[in-house]
Amino acid sequence: MALSGMRGLSVFISEIRNCQNKEQERLRVDKELGNIRTRFKNEKGLTPYDKKKYVWKMLYIFMLGYDVDFGHMEAVSLISAPKYPEKQVGYLVTSCLLNENHDFLRLAINTVRNDIIGRNETFQCLALTMVGNIGGREFAESLAPDVQKLLVSSSCRPLVRKKAALCLLRLFRKNPDVVNVDGWSDRMTQLLDEKNLGVLTSSMSLFVALVSNNHEAYWSCLPKCVKVLERLARNQDIPQEYTYYGIPSPWLQVKTMRALQYFPTVEDPNTRRALFEVLQRILMGTDVVKNVNKNNASHAVLFEALALVMHLDAEKEMMSQCVALLGKFIAVREPNIRYLGLENMTRMLMVTDVQDIIKRHQAQIITSLKDPDISIRRRALDLLYGMCDVSNAKDIVEELLQYLGTADFTMREELALKAAILAEKFAPDLSWYVDVILQLIDKAGDFVSDDIWFRVVQFVTNNEDLQPYAALKAREYLDKPAIHETMVKVSAYLLGEYSHLLARRPGCSPKDIFVIIHEKLPTVSTPTISILLSTYAKILMHSQPPDPELQNQIWAIFSKYETCIDTEIQQRAVEYFALSRKGAALMDILAEMPKFPERESSLIKKAEDTEADTAELSAIKSRTQQQASNALVVTDQREPPQLCMVKIPSVDHNSVSVDQELTQANGISHEVDHPQPDILGDLLSPLAIEAPPPVSEDDALALAPVVEQDNLVKPIGDIAERFHALCLKDSGVLYEDPYVQIGIKADWRGHQGRLVIFLGNKTTSSLTSVQAVVLPPSHLKLELSSVPEVIPPRAQVQCPVEVVNLGPSRDVAVLDFSYMFGTSLVESKLRLPAVINKFFQPIPVSTEEFFPQWRSLAGPPLKLQEVVRGVRAMSLGEMSHLFSSLRLIVCPGLDPNPSNLVATTTFYSESTRAMLCLVRIETDPADRTQLRMTVASQDPTLTFELKEYIKEHLISIPTAPSMPQQPQPIASSDPGALLAGLL
Amino acid sequence: MIRFILLQNRQGKTRLAKYYIPLEESEKHKVEYEVHRLVVNRDPKFTNFVEFRTHKVIYRRYAGLFFSLCVDITDNELAYLEGIHLFVEILDHFFSNVCELDLVFNFHKVYLILDEFILAGEFQETSKKAIIERMGELEKQE
Repeated sequence: MALSGMRGLSVFISEIRNCQNKEQERLRVDKELGNIRTRFKNEKGLTPYDKKKYVWKMLYIFMLGYDVDFGHMEAVSLISAPKYPEKQVGYLVTSCLLNENHDFLRLAINTVRNDIIGRNETFQCLALTMVGNIGGREFAESLAPDVQKLLVSSSCRPLVRKKAALCLLRLFRKNPDVVNVDGWSDRMTQLLDEKNLGVLTSSMSLFVALVSNNHEAYWSCLPKCVKVLERLARNQDIPQEYTYYGIPSPWLQVKTMRALQYFPTVEDPNTRRALFEVLQRILMGTDVVKNVNKNNASHAVLFEALALVMHLDAEKEMMSQCVALLGKFIAVREPNIRYLGLENMTRMLMVTDVQDIIKRHQAQIITSLKDPDISIRRRALDLLYGMCDVSNAKDIVEELLQYLGTADFTMREELALKAAILAEKFAPDLSWYVDVILQLIDKAGDFVSDDIWFRVVQFVTNNEDLQPYAALKAREYLDKPAIHETMVKVSAYLLGEYSHLLARRPGCSPKDIFVIIHEKLPTVSTPTISILLSTYAKILMHSQPPDPELQNQIWAIFSKYETCIDTEIQQRAVEYFALSRKGAALMDILAEMPKFPERESSLIKKAEDTEADTAELSAIKSRTQQQASNALVVTDQREPPQLCMVKIPSVDHNSVSVDQELTQANGISHEVDHPQPDILGDLLSPLAIEAPPPVSEDDALALAPVVEQDNLVKPIGDIAERFHALCLKDSGVLYEDPYVQIGIKADWRGHQGRLVIFLGNKTTSSLTSVQAVVLPPSHLKLELSSVPEVIPPRAQVQCPVEVVNLGPSRDVAVLDFSYMFGTSLVESKLRLPAVINKFFQPIPVSTEEFFPQWRSLAGPPLKLQEVVRGVRAMSLGEMSHLFSSLRLIVCPGLDPNPSNLVATTTFYSESTRAMLCLVRIETDPADRTQLRMTVASQDPTLTFELKEYIKEHLISIPTAPSMPQQPQPIASSDPGALLAGLL
Repeated sequence: MIRFILLQNRQGKTRLAKYYIPLEESEKHKVEYEVHRLVVNRDPKFTNFVEFRTHKVIYRRYAGLFFSLCVDITDNELAYLEGIHLFVEILDHFFSNVCELDLVFNFHKVYLILDEFILAGEFQETSKKAIIERMGELEKQE
């Protein structure tokens, strides 16, 4: 076959073929790419022929596996060439080199559209082909109506119409929202009457996409499909060219039956009868023949017919025919047919109750599990998994366990998971379940995920009868010479909890247990060491009366690990050491784990999650989904708690007493079961909320002006209120929305401070694009450590902020926090509670110190006095409480008037150093809404800022409307006059 | 639907690669490498189907050439398997007794034939005669 005059291309291909090795080939390719690049740069001397040749060469080079990162533009530009040969190359190479996401394609949209609506049929075909193969959203937006017109046009040749059908299919599949198919059921009915089988084949594919999306709209097409199927199955009026080895287009038959599977039923009795006749004919009339192609083609039709029969839930007789056929297929030697037999039997299990019939073939299926072909083994495994129930679980699981030893690596994990699930689902008794899982770990420890052994621990914990048995089994496995690390973990855990139940057996004294577990320690990894330490602590607790020798041994281990580089181990070692010296209290703290709440097995969830993506939702799948949605499914949605460790961020040892911390951080005791004595409990404990809590409507957003209000995600609680609360205390929640919780914990020393921001992800998916920036006011120096961009599911990250106070000011630092949820950006600007009173140290002042100071600060600007109105009603007691929250210390007795209040504090900043501040409040018992305040310090700014700040808190009304209250008319008692002479 | 079609020889040289799903260049080359590894060492007595990631590869070997179609897990395997054969028959007819060299030197023709046979990942035309006639029309225009 001649190469239509492209000698250069042929020569190049020959040269490449003659290259002796990969290196030579690379050199030749690089040379050619260099050449093409230079030629493209200087387009002047380039004829359309040259361009075409080079573009073909580029495609060839790309096929060889080299990256071609230039010349896309040239390929695309050929699309607008006026002549067919260049245009053809442009379209073809563009659709091979580019994909729908390339920007260059946009440049071609206009040309493509002109070709589609133009008169040149060949150009129409080229354009439809490219759009059908790589058309993206923009093509759908601008071309879909034109393509639709071509499909139903009476003036177009079938050639164009079949391309239009598939082009439309692509646009619809990719962007069903853009392509308008309203009213298409009528057109589709017409299209299904099409005589040309090429057009009909393409249209049927389009129809499958439409009907899988919305079958309700296409009921009128159902009889048409049955007609098409009848015509093909009876070989009526089918041109010779559309029969394949004597079978009328097997592809169209398959597609038509596929389309029919998207209708839930066939109600019209005539249509139903006609359809079943055809199906019956296919089921009965398909024989095994010698010719491979004919055999395959007829079985392609047969298997699709089987699927349709299953879907239609045919009469019992027909169903048993199907099962009989499948039973035959799974026993044949021909691998493809056996594979399909196994696959379709599995599907059949999903739709009807044929368990009993399939069980007869169990032995045959197990044989296929040992087939040399992995494809068949996988199908056999799926089927065994699907057909397993209480009656045959023991056999099947034992088969799987046996097979596990020889199975190839690619299948072991799946095998282990499936065996574990079946053992859990269908265990005739729980001890068998424990046996299976331990065997599983023993045989294929590398492939047993943590979920699997967590699950067995949950079962044993929740079933008291099982505990001695499980402990004994674990003890037996420990005698084996080389056991898998997972076995060490699970045995250590079980023996830690339950070995005391075995104490009277030989070799099961606390000391024996300890020795045999401790033997494994040198060989295990860090996470396991943590578990072993917990086990030792438990053994210690269980050895009553205490065995001093054992005690010393274990203490020695604890103290050895107190300096371990791994913080988890270190923490456990320190804590267990301290705890184990507590005597009787140890019994309470290290008591047995409480029962786990019943929940859906995470394993089963895991197995169900693996769902493949397909162009159209499969008919079976959509059917099972419909069924599922009818049933009320009640499952415990909570995440399984971590079995052995509760991660607690390190807590400041100065602020929390050691005892409290130990109870919390103790690796064994479970978080949920202990009341949280610490106010940080809700902050530091694993976030327990899964479903986004409902957002209350009355969020007082208007009062938090710095918060972005156009966020789609609404904060929970009042941000302004949270901020005000945090001005008065050092830890708490700063912000919360359905997905995120931000907590604050602060520690202040003089003019410095350390503020830790806890960013908690409440969801079960990762939060991405997390950003936090602190915008400091001029008087504060703030340094925020780096914030990770991603917060893993249900995790909390800590971001410390170092704060230095330079001078007195009421300006507030702002935390600009944002993250992506789905596709929307959630952003919040949050005030940080690094406010002036955080730099106060309440130091009591005696009368002797107070009065000289007070007098020396004679008047403005060092001493300022103001009558404050609109004070929120509070008793003197409440006011002194407020002052101490603000870190002002109230000095009783300094002012003889019981209605008055004197307070002092020391303010720290870099510019002022330590500076004493004095405050006096004179209240009017008759009118609580007003008072006179005098503030004095050595620094005029400090005096002013402090006065304003206190005022803010006295009248501050984060919850009440900010409308200034009208001071009540003061006539009889001017507080100024009343109070003036008091000092 | 067909996700992609590959024609590779035993050494793994790609003779034709057509993707109906958007993949990046590097991803395409990776897929070609993996599919070749997946099919090249399979025993001729094995099935023509093998799982590939979340999909299924239907492949068939003709002399030293592997024709592989990647399809959805729920698709009808045998229909695609015979689709491969139909394509080979068309090539055989077009090149009159096709061999690997025909496909190497006329790779652009192979792409044109494929575009008449499959579009948007679905069979467009299953009549050998119609496709051969169409190719004749196109050759006249060159």
